[in-house]
Amino acid sequence: MEGSKIENRKPFNWIMIALLIVFTVVSIFTGVNDLSIRNVFSLTDTQRLILLTTRLPRTISLILAGSTLAISGLLMQQLTQNKFVSPTTAGTLASARLGIVTAIIFFSHSSLTQKTVLAFIFSLIGTFTFILFVRSVKIKNAVMIPLVGLMFGNIVNSLSTYLAVQYEVVQNTSSWLQGNFSLISSTNYQLLFLSVPLLFLIYLLAYYFTIMGLGKDVSIELGVPYGLLELAGVTIVALATSAIILTVGSIPFVGIVVPNLISLKKGDHFGKILFPTAGFGALFLLVTDVLSRTLIFPYEIPISVVIGVVGSVLFLYLLLRGESK
Amino acid sequence: MMEVQNVTKSYGETIVVNNVSLPIEKGKMTACIGPNGAGKSTLLEMVSRLIPQDTGHIYIDGNEVKTWKKGDFAKRLSVLKQTNQMNVRLTVRELVSFGRFPYTKGRLNQHCHEVIDSSLEYLGLLDLQTRYIDTLSGGQLQRAMIAMVLCQDTDYILLDEPLNNLDMSYGVQMMKTLRRLVDELGKTVITVVHDINFAASYADNIVAMKEGRLFASGPVDEMITKPVLDDLYDMDVKIIESNGTKYCLYYTN
Repeated sequence: MEGSKIENRKPFNWIMIALLIVFTVVSIFTGVNDLSIRNVFSLTDTQRLILLTTRLPRTISLILAGSTLAISGLLMQQLTQNKFVSPTTAGTLASARLGIVTAIIFFSHSSLTQKTVLAFIFSLIGTFTFILFVRSVKIKNAVMIPLVGLMFGNIVNSLSTYLAVQYEVVQNTSSWLQGNFSLISSTNYQLLFLSVPLLFLIYLLAYYFTIMGLGKDVSIELGVPYGLLELAGVTIVALATSAIILTVGSIPFVGIVVPNLISLKKGDHFGKILFPTAGFGALFLLVTDVLSRTLIFPYEIPISVVIGVVGSVLFLYLLLRGESK
Repeated sequence: MMEVQNVTKSYGETIVVNNVSLPIEKGKMTACIGPNGAGKSTLLEMVSRLIPQDTGHIYIDGNEVKTWKKGDFAKRLSVLKQTNQMNVRLTVRELVSFGRFPYTKGRLNQHCHEVIDSSLEYLGLLDLQTRYIDTLSGGQLQRAMIAMVLCQDTDYILLDEPLNNLDMSYGVQMMKTLRRLVDELGKTVITVVHDINFAASYADNIVAMKEGRLFASGPVDEMITKPVLDDLYDMDVKIIESNGTKYCLYYTN
């Protein structure tokens, strides 16, 4: 029985890998400038420049951001034992944004490092505030908690907006509101590579996180250092979220929709769904980004708008499904 | 041998467990009974280190519970709290295999798989092992959780109301299984039970708590008596004997 299950698992993974390769290629060769896969071995200097400075960085950052967002969401869901919690619905994203606004206000020529550090610190504090809240209220209604998280996020956001208006940096900060990959180039996406060691760390701790999904009591009973790993998990998520928001802006829903769809198909064993979730997250962003670049070609719709539409439909579907159970 | 000495726990002004001292016999089944809010579950949680006691000491085999390392403790004592619906899509086998965590930190070896298989078999779950636990009935989930605890292979097994959600037939099955753990595998089982007749029929010793204090404790025969139970529950309890086992009748009083 066990054997047949393993066999069943394989085609799913292979299909995903195949789709990932296909859409990686499609993503690289989609754009306003003429760059076709046919002449990839006979590139002109301009074409090579485009390929190396914008197309490849864009595709790489889509893959990195997609997998990191999906895994961050999955990890948050595991830590809170709630399927609808993700950096978007736990105040992580909003807090990171507040951190950036603060950095812009207090350091007039704020460097990327200053922004990153403040975004990280704020998102860490924000996420912990949310987690402490989840722990102290005894309502474990699956839908209530993310709604409270969204409200919390909106309060933090309004604070950011207020500060931005007060200090006249609205234009500066609005660029963090919408996720956008069109400005990615070889000079400004390096921060995203921070997610690679973070994802590796999550992979190393995967079995611990799997058990934590069963709740605090079961974890402690089995000898898992719950508090320490909770701290580690939230730190990883806060760092990853900060890196993403500073590079590509905020991208909603991926952290909820992707892990939930994968879990429907493959269950909740964190260790076993880690790779499918990362792969599907990357695929999700690659596809929506291609859509955002082609729907009103040669213009571009911000990817967060496309994801907002696709994601909210899927999110509603999952919410209603969760309610009916 | 487990020894609880002068253990107290309070939340704010309320004293939940008040200066409780008692020994718990090794290799026996001890049932913990008492009215709601007597502090039974809290005592169980302190013994199993899920929450710290305010004062007092708890010893297992001569060593204070607090001094055990997390990983070592999980090899000596396992605890199962009241299970509500588990909203996690794991297969029964995956859930049960977590019981091996204290030994292997996730890298299951051949021995682990043997223990997992025998735990599944012990609770009659072999046919269900590939089912997702969120599709199980209350009774099946309860058995799966017990199988996980069994898989942890500890000398001491603590259970908080394992009969919750179980109908009569599964309740009997569960108590029989716990009895087998004691008789066949030499485990020490400590369980909170609300149905006093299950305690009377299956346990060796009974610990009765009331309003945070230890009310009385001793072998089943001494505990299932009219004076003890009347006072414990503030009810008029009738005790009848059938085939050498005592039963309490209290339904119409």
